[in-house]
Amino acid sequence: MSEFDQLLKTLSSIVLQSSPLILAVCGETITERAGLINLSLDGTMLLAAMTGFIVGLKTNSLILGFLAAAIIGMLFALIVAFGSIRLKQNQVAIGFVLTLLGDDLSAFLGQNFTRIRGPYVVKIGIPVLKDIPILGTLFFDQDVVVYFAFIMVGLTWWFLFRTQPGLKLRGVGERPEAAFARGVKVNRVRYIYALVGGGLVGIAGAAYSLDVKLGWSEGHTRGLGWIALAIVIFGGWSPIRGAIGALLFGATKALATVLQRTFPQISVVAFNAIPWILMIAVLLVSTSELTERFINLMPKTWRRPLRRFLRVSAPTALGVHFGED
Amino acid sequence: MKLRSWIRFAWPGVPILMALFVTTLILIFFDTSPKTALLAMVEGSFGDKSKVFQVLAFLVPLMLSASGLLVTFTAGLWNIGVEGQIIIGAIMSSWVALKIDLPTPFQISLELLAAITGGALWAGLVAVLKTRGGVNEIFSGLALNNIAIILTNYLISGPWQPPEGGTFRGTQPFAENALLPLLGESRFSPLSLVLALIAFGIVVVALRGTFWGLKLKALGKNPKSAFLLGVSSERELILALMFCGALAGLGGGIRVLSWFDSLRQSISGGIGFLALLVVMLSTFQAYLVPPIALFFSIVLMGSTTLHMRSGLHPSLGGILTGVMVLFVLLFGDYGKLFTRRKKIRTSIVQEASDE
Amino acid sequence: MRVDLQDIHKYFGSVRANDGVNLVFEGGKIYGLLGENGAGKSTLMKILSGYQPPDVGRILLDGKPIQFESPAHALSHKVGMLYQDPLDFPPMRILDNYLLGRDVRVILNYSKAMDELQLLMDRYGFSVDLQANIDSLSLGERQQLELVRLLAGGANILILDEPTTGISAVQKELLFESIRRLTHDEGKTLILVSHKLDEVQELCDYAYVLRRGKLVGETELPCSNKILVELMFGHVPLRSDHPDYEPGNPVVELQNITLATYQLEVKNVNLVVKAGEIYGLAGLEGSGQRLVIRACGGLLHPIEGRYLLAGQDVTRWNYHRMQMSGVSYVAAGRLEEGLVHGLTLTEHVVLSLPEHSLMVDWKSARQETHKRIARYQVMGTPELTADSLSGGNQQRFLFGLLNSSLKLLLLEHPTRGLDVRSAEWIWELLYQRREDGTAIIFMSADLDEIIERSDRIVVFSSGVMSRVVDARNTSVDELGHLIGGQA
Repeated sequence: MSEFDQLLKTLSSIVLQSSPLILAVCGETITERAGLINLSLDGTMLLAAMTGFIVGLKTNSLILGFLAAAIIGMLFALIVAFGSIRLKQNQVAIGFVLTLLGDDLSAFLGQNFTRIRGPYVVKIGIPVLKDIPILGTLFFDQDVVVYFAFIMVGLTWWFLFRTQPGLKLRGVGERPEAAFARGVKVNRVRYIYALVGGGLVGIAGAAYSLDVKLGWSEGHTRGLGWIALAIVIFGGWSPIRGAIGALLFGATKALATVLQRTFPQISVVAFNAIPWILMIAVLLVSTSELTERFINLMPKTWRRPLRRFLRVSAPTALGVHFGED
Repeated sequence: MKLRSWIRFAWPGVPILMALFVTTLILIFFDTSPKTALLAMVEGSFGDKSKVFQVLAFLVPLMLSASGLLVTFTAGLWNIGVEGQIIIGAIMSSWVALKIDLPTPFQISLELLAAITGGALWAGLVAVLKTRGGVNEIFSGLALNNIAIILTNYLISGPWQPPEGGTFRGTQPFAENALLPLLGESRFSPLSLVLALIAFGIVVVALRGTFWGLKLKALGKNPKSAFLLGVSSERELILALMFCGALAGLGGGIRVLSWFDSLRQSISGGIGFLALLVVMLSTFQAYLVPPIALFFSIVLMGSTTLHMRSGLHPSLGGILTGVMVLFVLLFGDYGKLFTRRKKIRTSIVQEASDE
Repeated sequence: MRVDLQDIHKYFGSVRANDGVNLVFEGGKIYGLLGENGAGKSTLMKILSGYQPPDVGRILLDGKPIQFESPAHALSHKVGMLYQDPLDFPPMRILDNYLLGRDVRVILNYSKAMDELQLLMDRYGFSVDLQANIDSLSLGERQQLELVRLLAGGANILILDEPTTGISAVQKELLFESIRRLTHDEGKTLILVSHKLDEVQELCDYAYVLRRGKLVGETELPCSNKILVELMFGHVPLRSDHPDYEPGNPVVELQNITLATYQLEVKNVNLVVKAGEIYGLAGLEGSGQRLVIRACGGLLHPIEGRYLLAGQDVTRWNYHRMQMSGVSYVAAGRLEEGLVHGLTLTEHVVLSLPEHSLMVDWKSARQETHKRIARYQVMGTPELTADSLSGGNQQRFLFGLLNSSLKLLLLEHPTRGLDVRSAEWIWELLYQRREDGTAIIFMSADLDEIIERSDRIVVFSSGVMSRVVDARNTSVDELGHLIGGQA
């Protein structure tokens, strides 16, 4: 296989590997845009991955597997939402406990299903489109999960920024009092989109065990949920930027292996650590004062786009309780 | 009236009972009698001396981290990075153990000091990122946790690998005189327990009796008022995090110098996160931390035996403790559950324009 | 459309914000709703606009009683309110802000919205870059957009809450033009909530005056300002005679200070406050006095000018440094920015002590707390948490936390929400302080208090500081005029 083909293959696999992450990022972006932080992502994805696999195995139906996983995702999100909105407890605390619980539950309930072969999503190249040089192989010669992920990115973006319900959603996350004044039922909106987001995260988990990393094993998707949370921030709460972030993350991991071959003296360590160092760096740039000072040093015309690119601002009312009647 | 206040007092017990109930259901669903499970847990923790030591050896770093977390929680922080702080403490101790050779008392002192310093600095990183960089401590902590893990794996498979070749299990074992004094044939160090208790005591005294503890308390409850009362949030947050990091790091150092004889993969063993749960379950009341930590240790060590007896996965222990914390979080606050919901709309209104 | 407000009562705890108000508004007219801070104007209008329900009373639209569930509901019945700080979404684009909640169509039609918006803006002579984000606009522009949004939503009855605060003269003219067109040409009803007498006289046909929750008068306009001022502020007993104090050396010297926040810019502040002097800053909320007081405390740094504290340049100092130099700041929000919810009285006392050792001596701290509780007559025990005290006691306790000798004491609304006896008591404390040589700068919404207690007074109106007024020689009348923006 030529060098070029090898590269293409690697890139193609990056796209595949990143798809579940992209889905999770879309889901959490929606939830956080409504003002709710669902910190339980890591646990949710683990439990959802397990559930998706087992249900898919038992029923021999991938669709049911994904559905079951979505339900798990929604359940966890519901607990966080309910605990925060109705019971007025700390979202972060609830999410954190659920993270650990999800891990333990998935290990426990899935104990008899490790290292079993199960159903998996098959590759379905899109005719005609898949023959486009480069882009075809990367994006159109994949499987349903990948297509779904990218469609979701577009759909989420369109929903958030081009529809009335999406606008209201954003309003709730920015300034619930003003949304209320416009007739929006703030807490109801928060519940709904927590569920939607959670469902997507659940599907993302199943996308792992049924597509990217087949089967189930303890700690199968561990760490991904946390990464998704960080990418949501990095992506400035926008699905497209988030998807790019997810792809970049997948790329740095793959890059690590490739670079390792070229520079065997620098150990794997350095490369594995890159995504995390980058994460800190990106968060730093997004929120620190230094960036503001840096921007002010730039010529005036550059400032606005630079600011838009570098600074991310959270939905203003993220994590803030809204006391409706 | 009296019944009401009695219920209110005993209320926190309710979610705990609920959690036990749920766990029992799970057991029954998996064809295990709760009695078997209970016996297995007890056996697994008190069955024989080695089991007891296992529980204690787990308890020590757990208590150290939990004590440290009491401080950061008081200051209003979510120190998710505690796992990494344990790891770095372990790494620093390992470094001294492998590279420096002094007579035992000095050796040990230096190792523990290194652990404390390492953990403190690693936490300090989180603190500075927060105060100067505005980076949320949850994410910087998370990233640093992972970096610490990567660092560990590198050291194990690389520069510190055992002479017979890397096994990815652990580094080269430390010399006998680098380890903490162990009790008899066991791998438990009584000294470590003493240190843990002392640390806990220091934390209780610090939080209740020092001016610094009071400053942290004010800061955690109301940063604005604390500011006007003269509390500098930057300085105190950094100190609080470093304090917690120091204790967590100490726990890490103790683990590699006693229970394990080398730096291992997953040296922190999830203890940091568990410590967070311990403190949450204690609803931030210091005196509850040791018994809860002990309970967690018993349950978790006991569930390994349960696994051997019944084939049930040891994560059952984690499920029990997790569900307990969840229920206490959700339903443990009597006041919030049953206070009549006032018309809060009017308070939003004040925001829009002042009267 | 005719609007009747019948017997409206609204209580916040024990405060009677609206105490049996009856008003009538008829179509095609411009009404002025006058009153000083705390009179109940905003509360009443929030009720009318659907933001909060009345505790007693009802609203009739064209004779039909109606209960509004939300501002959106009110707007669907053609009642809309424009707040002083518009309820918009700052990070969003103008078009998004305009469209949110606008109609039930799912897909947002930006070009249609743009056209609609542009049309309305043109009709009233407003001009704003419609591509921008809300947070890049000035307050006046945000108001214009919100007004247009309400009109597009079908509002026939418009309530404008202090619309001319913080907007330019040009924008003001535009606003007035559009108001006239809306009412006289289009037959809508407009209610202007304002304290600016000149503007009310210029624009309105009829005025209602509220004081302390009740309707105290109404009149056709234009009329003489004297009548309005008397209705608004009432008769004030002459300043009681209490011994004056010989002020000492200057403690605070503000030289050509300019302060700026997003909402307001205060320029050219020059102020000298001497030791033992009590300086009162008057003016309505958001006029700039709070910024100045915060600057005196090092909580806000001037972008221009110098600040000297007892001769030393402290322009760049932060609050903690000031604190160590004998400056104390008491904010208005007792529980938000003063006391800590959940901390006991003893714990507060410990925090406030100037000297700290490593360990807290709880025993002596409790004794000290007992002493302070006694001295400041706080109804409570050292073990109680601060939030369980009543408002008056909280304020006394806050004062009890102040250090014994201070160079400068800065107070936001020292007696807000306190009954007469507690307020009197607080001032006795403050007089003692001034005899010790402490300079005191305070702000208050209560003109009685300002005149009664200050030695000298300055008035802030829309970010502009008036000339210095001697409290002995002034009157409510004069202050009222200064507040209204007249020289």
